[in-house]
Amino acid sequence: MATEADGQSAGGLVFHPMDQFIVKPLFGDGAVGMFTFTNVALWLLLAVAAVAALMVLGTAKRATVPTRSQSVAELAYGFVYKMVEDVTGKDGLKYFPYIFTIFLFILFSNFLALIPTSFSPTSHIAITAVLGFGVFIAITALGFIKNGVSFLGLFWVTSAPLAIRPVLAIIEIISYFVRPVSHSIRLAGNLTAGHAVLKVFAGFGQIAAVSPFAVLGVVAIFGLEVLVAAIQAYVFTILTCVYLKDALHPHH
Amino acid sequence: MATETTGTASACVGPDGSAIGMPQLCVDWMPNQIFWLLIALVAIYFVLSRIALPRIATVLAERQGTITNDLAAAEDLKQKAVEAEEAYNKALADARAQAQEIIARNKAEMQVELEKAIAKADAEIAAKAAESEKAISDIRASAVESVEAVAKDTAGAIVAALGGQADDATVAAAVDAQIKG
Repeated sequence: MATEADGQSAGGLVFHPMDQFIVKPLFGDGAVGMFTFTNVALWLLLAVAAVAALMVLGTAKRATVPTRSQSVAELAYGFVYKMVEDVTGKDGLKYFPYIFTIFLFILFSNFLALIPTSFSPTSHIAITAVLGFGVFIAITALGFIKNGVSFLGLFWVTSAPLAIRPVLAIIEIISYFVRPVSHSIRLAGNLTAGHAVLKVFAGFGQIAAVSPFAVLGVVAIFGLEVLVAAIQAYVFTILTCVYLKDALHPHH
Repeated sequence: MATETTGTASACVGPDGSAIGMPQLCVDWMPNQIFWLLIALVAIYFVLSRIALPRIATVLAERQGTITNDLAAAEDLKQKAVEAEEAYNKALADARAQAQEIIARNKAEMQVELEKAIAKADAEIAAKAAESEKAISDIRASAVESVEAVAKDTAGAIVAALGGQADDATVAAAVDAQIKG
């Protein structure tokens, strides 16, 4: 917070709520190239480490009566497994490892981002757009591979009167192509907004008179962000399941 | 832009080191983010699909098996317990019936013996009573005889005392006549 201290000494209240999202190299002062080891890389790899710690080290005992960590790992497994099964049906279970990967990645990135001074990868549109468009492209390809041209039946609502089907088809197509955009912006937007608001409340701590309220605000927003972290991971995953269901069973 | 003074060579960071606009929209950083994201996703996918998921699936299946076996064993044991209870109840009922039978038999035997004893006692009592009656009638007869003898003697003595002369036969006949009257 050196910049905020500078701002205060200059006599004004200075907020830099977006500075926490700056990508910077961890070693050296060069430009951020494609392979530079940046704070993004660090926190992404920490997320990988956390996933591995829970899912591999946590289940290392393979106990029939699970330990605490194994219990949590099984809970996560069962939660997503049941979600995939309930939403997409039995034939969607083939794609469970991919969906579980996405879920755990988002969940752990979101939670690691709650650590003060950490970096939140899932607040970056570059990250969530890769996830969102990756899901979109993979599922669209899968829909055509599985169903051939009849996948386009997804846009031809046979339960509607014939006269309004073309109109519905246009609406369906637009909504289909908006999916990846909303899918990725929803996640990045939620994370960005929450973390920025945390920083703004923290910034009010510069004024002694309101600093108690600033602390209370930070605590309240932090609690909200804990919820958001879990809920956004859940929402992203269940929407992926819904889209996958459309690809596997395009006929309403 | 005095990016060289901040050390972060990018168009997205101002001279004081703070962000210009939204860092999320900075195109300069995107290749780096995407590259590391793909590495992270691939790493997580391999960790999950190679190690974690098969392991958890195995553990869950084993647990399901164990639970099923335990439930079956419990069902067996329960069945056995029910059977044991039935056997116990049957044994109890048998024992009760047997006891009832023994009691009834004993009762009957006792009744027979009792009746026998009563009959014997009755016979003895009857015999004793008959004996006693005979004795009593004997005593009564001898008493009457004695009374007659005494009366005759007394009558003879009284007659003699009055100065009369009486033979024994007359006195006896007179006394007999008095007694019968």
